[in-house]
Parts: sequence; structure tokens; C-alpha cells
Amino acid sequence: MNGLGLVKGLLLTFKHFFATYLVDIIGGKKSKARRGQITADGLFTIQYPEESVTIPEEFRVIPFLVYTLDEEGQRTYRCTACGICSKVCPTQCIWITRAKDPETGRPITESAEFYIDIDKCMNCGSCAEFCPFDAIKMDHDFHIATYERGETHIFPKEKLGKPLEYYATIRPVNYQAEEIARAAKAQARATT
Amino acid sequence: MSDQPVLAPIYNELMAEFPQQIEIESRPGFKGVIVNSSALVDVVTYLHDKKGYDYLSNLTAVDDYPEDQLEVIYHLFKSTGGEIIEFKVFTKRDEPVVPSLYSIYRGADFQEREVWDMFGIKFAGHPDLRRLLLWEGFEGHPLRKDWKEPFYEEDIKPYKNRWPEGRGERIENRNPFKDNVQYPRDFDPKIYEPEADQSVYKLLQSQIPQDTGDLKVEQLVVNIGPQHPSTHGVFRMAAVLEGEKVLALKPVIGYLHRNHEKIGERNTFLQNMPYTDRLDYLSSMSNNFGYAITVEKLLGIQPPERAEFLRVMMAELTRIASHSMAIGFLLNDLGAFFTPSLYALEERELILDIFESVAGSRMMCNYFRFGGVVRDITEDDFNKVKYMVEERLPRKIDDLDRYLTENEIVKMRCQGVGVLTAEEAINYSASGPSLRASGVPYDIRKVDPYSIYDRLEFDVCYQNHGDVYDRYLVRLAEIRQSLRILKQVIKQIPDGPIQTGKVQYAVRVPPGEAYGRVEGPRGELGYYVVSDGKNNPKRYHVRSPSLMSTTSLEKMCVGGKIADAVTILGAVDVVLGEVDR
Repeated sequence: MNGLGLVKGLLLTFKHFFATYLVDIIGGKKSKARRGQITADGLFTIQYPEESVTIPEEFRVIPFLVYTLDEEGQRTYRCTACGICSKVCPTQCIWITRAKDPETGRPITESAEFYIDIDKCMNCGSCAEFCPFDAIKMDHDFHIATYERGETHIFPKEKLGKPLEYYATIRPVNYQAEEIARAAKAQARATT
Repeated sequence: MSDQPVLAPIYNELMAEFPQQIEIESRPGFKGVIVNSSALVDVVTYLHDKKGYDYLSNLTAVDDYPEDQLEVIYHLFKSTGGEIIEFKVFTKRDEPVVPSLYSIYRGADFQEREVWDMFGIKFAGHPDLRRLLLWEGFEGHPLRKDWKEPFYEEDIKPYKNRWPEGRGERIENRNPFKDNVQYPRDFDPKIYEPEADQSVYKLLQSQIPQDTGDLKVEQLVVNIGPQHPSTHGVFRMAAVLEGEKVLALKPVIGYLHRNHEKIGERNTFLQNMPYTDRLDYLSSMSNNFGYAITVEKLLGIQPPERAEFLRVMMAELTRIASHSMAIGFLLNDLGAFFTPSLYALEERELILDIFESVAGSRMMCNYFRFGGVVRDITEDDFNKVKYMVEERLPRKIDDLDRYLTENEIVKMRCQGVGVLTAEEAINYSASGPSLRASGVPYDIRKVDPYSIYDRLEFDVCYQNHGDVYDRYLVRLAEIRQSLRILKQVIKQIPDGPIQTGKVQYAVRVPPGEAYGRVEGPRGELGYYVVSDGKNNPKRYHVRSPSLMSTTSLEKMCVGGKIADAVTILGAVDVVLGEVDR
């Protein structure tokens, strides 16, 4: 019958419309927490930026360099300037200067400069995936808009550095697994 | 893959039929035969008419620089299923001419134009050999190996100056004017009209039927786009209208062109993987899939069982996400603004949440590696997939079905619009839902099974009218089949490793060529990769389903109403990131 299809369509829209209120009345605050989740019914969207979705652990934006602080507040980067990240980078947005020993002039396992051009970075995560020292990791912080789009978009080493504790908070599962692997490796080296 | 494969019987038949014109490809790792350029049309006509090779899958070229030789490569299939036939034509680099296949396969239209654009190979007999992706005034042919782009650094990545000296810099700093736009002295952009536009308009005028009756009606040239005409990307249709009727129409593309293939040849094999995400940004997992199986063909490795299941799981989830979005936005194009598309987007959103959790990114997944996948799926995410597949998605797809399929407006606007018959669809090299809606049950997962699809139960969905409504029905049915596949995958997925060997960032790919294709949400997504044993591919070509669907757009739109052109574009479901590459 003509018009039946339209009525059916409208019924679905109404169902959605009323479900939004029904779920809120019955579920109260719990229903709000379900919005945007797989169990959501009725209204689906959340009020960004007042609310925000939970970011899964593997989420990746812009890499950062992991460092640890010693007692004097000096940063010790895990990075050894091996250059693998700059080699695997698809956009070639990483460039590293290897530090030299001030006395002998020989290259040492430390970077003097470390830059990432975040305009070019495509957040693919290859650098973090292939880093053999767990020194470069992908961040969760995507609020990185700036008013200037020139030099500030090239992140130097100081800006890229983030403490190990921060890494442990954003990726707890990965952090645990890596720490166990690192400890095992260190032990294996100590015994041989 | 270095050992010479046994020649398929079809090649022997060809050799017997054209004894003087054909020789066997003798380079190790390469397949097929080499056809003499003068006999090409005869050979192809024979294959098309007598042997049933009616589907031109892929046509591309390779530059053998520094040798004085260009190769044009053809991949043909039968639309009834069966073996591939692959052959090459060699031509001189300084004066390259190859006969056109336009008269036999209309699907060669855009592909030959693309090869002319990128390699400068002339196709004798092509009626409209203009540049396809670049503008008319472009200097040179970029995919030739001796062509260098602006701000050229090195032939291959990784660039040597990034480490250990650390001499990278912003591109803007290298331009002394700090500005990329410079006009010559006697050039005024306000009064400049590019030649390319005139050639399009002239072409359109030449195609208008002269005798339109006694009544004098004004004809209008209308450009739809290149702004987003229907939220599909930057696309332009130049049309001649008489009232509301479309008399002639030409798609104009290339606005999103970035020469994906040139970038791909500069990249190492692995570095290409995240770039493939950006081809068809609505179905990045499928793109990864195609590229991974192509390079695995060259490497001669097989991913472990669990990885295969994970791959299929992701590819099918992508198909659901992409199809539900296609259905939603088709309704947008019909004028049902945003209610259906937002209902469809909800489900896509949840699938993208799963991708984000598994692969790390919602749309740019970069999840596949050669010989496996990046990481295993967690228990939590697996349960999410399970809930989606078994509880939520079937319900929601039924909702969409109930809501739209019997809707009078949808029926009125879609039935009988943009019809492509089965013969036309094959001849135009349409693929995916467009082909199957025309009554050709051709699904690569069935006819040329890759991964574990031969072990999974599913039906090939097809319809017979070939109009917009049937394309919608095929998509809806395919979502249901994907759910069926996913249910089996969830049940059968084994434990085990997800990667053969260790992932290496510098993959050594033995010399040779491979053409791998997968059934992406938009159709046959093919990758043609040639390796010469170095770290970077010598040739990397993408056979994009969206580009092939655009070939038949003109055929579907001419004679219809202008409002239907937008609907047809929505039903073909092109993604411009893939068309323009």
C-alpha cells in the first residue's frame, strides 16, 4: 500500500526519539555512560569537550621519547640514536644527530638532537613498533593545535621527551609486558 | 618464486594461434607472454571473442629506465571465473605508441588515459586521449623513472641525510619566497581560463545529439563540483543540460591527486603499508589486505592461521562499515538529509572503535604486515566483535532494511535509474556491487579465493536490473553475508602465532612481479608490484575500483535527469582518495 513505507520509516525515527528519553528516565546516570558504547540505545552522541570517550590503549598520535629522571633531575633518554625510527619512517619526518664523545670525538649511543616534523608525521606507529630499545612510543594526547604553523610544528628533543611514568599510565598493559621482557633481557646479559 | 611457472594452457593456445607474434616472458619471477605491438588488437580480439576473456582487470605500464623500453601490462579475466591471462607489450621510450583497446574494452578508457598521463605512452585509436589526473599544462610524465618532483631529495627512502647527521628541514624553508605561488609577469589569474576546461566543453558539445526536435530549447553547460557535490570528495561532473535532462556528461577528476604510485616507488615495501590506508579511507583494512597478499606472493610466505582469521575478520568488519556508510549517504544524496546516514554512521562508529582499539587508529589502521598482522586482538575486543556481530548488527541492519527498502520515495527515486546491463558492466570493467547489481555474480572471494575465503560459507549476492535500487539491495545483502562470514570466523578462530617469523623493516623481496587482488567494499582492488630485488618496489600500481566505476558514470547518467546523476554517484559509491590517488 502506498504510504506504508513512509509510516514504517517514521516509526523507526520515533522509536529512536523516545528511546533516548526512556533510557534516560529508567537508566539515569548509567545510561549516559553507555552513550557511544556498543550497548547504547537511543541517543548515541556525547557532549564533547565536556565529556570525552575513553581512549583505548593502542590509540596513537605523534611519537614521544621516553626518559627517566635521576636524583638530580637530569633526564636520561632511552634513545641510543641507532636511527632505526628515522629509517622506517614512511614520511621521513624524523631526523637525528648522533652525539659525539667530547674527548675522543667518537659517536656515542646518545642523540644530540632529535626532531620530528609533526606536520608530516602520519601517526602510523612504525617508529614505536620497530624501536629495539622501547625508547620511542606513540602518545595519546591529541590536543596539539597551535596558533603558529611554522617552526613550532617541528618538535625538538625537549618537547618530545616524556617521563616513563607517563608512559606507564597511558599504556599500562604494554608497559608491564615490556618491563618483564627488559628485566629478563638484563638478567640474561648478567648471567652470560 | 624464482622458478619458472608452468605455462597455463591458454598461453599455448595463443602461441599456436599467433606463432610469430608472441614469445614467452623469460625473466625469472615474471609471468605471462610478450605480444608484438602490431598484433595486439588481433590477439585481444581473439581472446575476447573466442576465449571469453571479457573482463579487463588491469592495464598499466612499467618504465625500464635506463633501458630504452616501456612495458604496457594487461591483466584479463573471464567474467565467468577462471585463470588470469597476463601479457605485455614493449615499446620504445622516446616514441612510445601502443594500439588502444578502447574499441574492445571500454574499461580501458580511463586506464589508458592514466598511462598516457603518467608514462607518456600514446594509445593509437583512443578517441579522447587527454591527461586524466594531472592538468593539461603539466610538464613531463611523472611515473617515468627520470622524472623528478619539486623538492626532490633522493630516489629512494630512507633518505641518507636524516641520520646520523640530522639534516631534515621544513619544505617551506627551502623555498626562498616562503610561498608556493608565483605567477609569471604577464599572467593574470582572474582572466585566465585553462585550456583543459575548453577541451572538456568542446568534447561535450561534440557528443550532443544534433536533432533534438523542432522546439528550440536552450542548452546549458553546468559544472557540478569540484566542491563536494554529495559529500563524496572533490569531484567534478561537467554536464550539458537541456532542461533537466542530461545530454552529455564527463567526469573530471584529479583534484586529490598526490601520485600515490610515485611515492610508493620511493618508499620501501613496508613503508607503503600506511600509505595504502589513505587510498580508500573508508576501508583501510581492505587496502592493507590487498597490498599484503600481493607482496606475500612475491615473498612466497603464508601468514599463520590465526592471522588469516584476524585479517578476514577485519576485512569483513570494514565491508560492513563501508557498506552501511554507502547506504546512509545514498539516502543523503536522495535528499533524506542525515537521519538515515546518521543511523548508519552509528554502527560504523562502533566498528571504528574496535579498529581503534585493535589497530590503534580509527581510519588509518596500518594493521597488516607481510606474513601476519601487527598485534593480536585482546579478549575484551574479541567480545566486542562478538557482541556486535551476534547481537547488535543484525538488529540494526534489519532496522535499516525495514526503514528503507520498502520506502516509496526510495523506490521511486532509485528503481530504473542509472541502469547498466550485464554486458555493459563487464565491458566497462565495473566491479563490486555495481557489477553484481547488473546480474553478474562475480565475487573475487569466490572466483579467485584468497586467504581463507575458500573455507568459509557465504553466498554471492546479485540482482538483475542493474539500477541504483539493486546496488542498494546488493550492499544490504552483502552486509548480511559479511555477518555470516564473521560468525564463522568467531567460531573457528584458532589460537597461535599471528606472524610468520619476525617482522623486518627492510624486507628483501626477490625480483619478480605479482598481481594480487581482493574484493574490497567497492570492488576489485588490485595491486601490481614489480620488484627488482632492492629494498624499494620498482613499480607499484593500484587498480582502484572507484576509478573503474567512474568510467561507467557517463554511460549511466546520460539521458537521465540531473538530480539522478547525484543519486547514481552515490550508488556507485566512489571514494575520491582512491580515484585520484
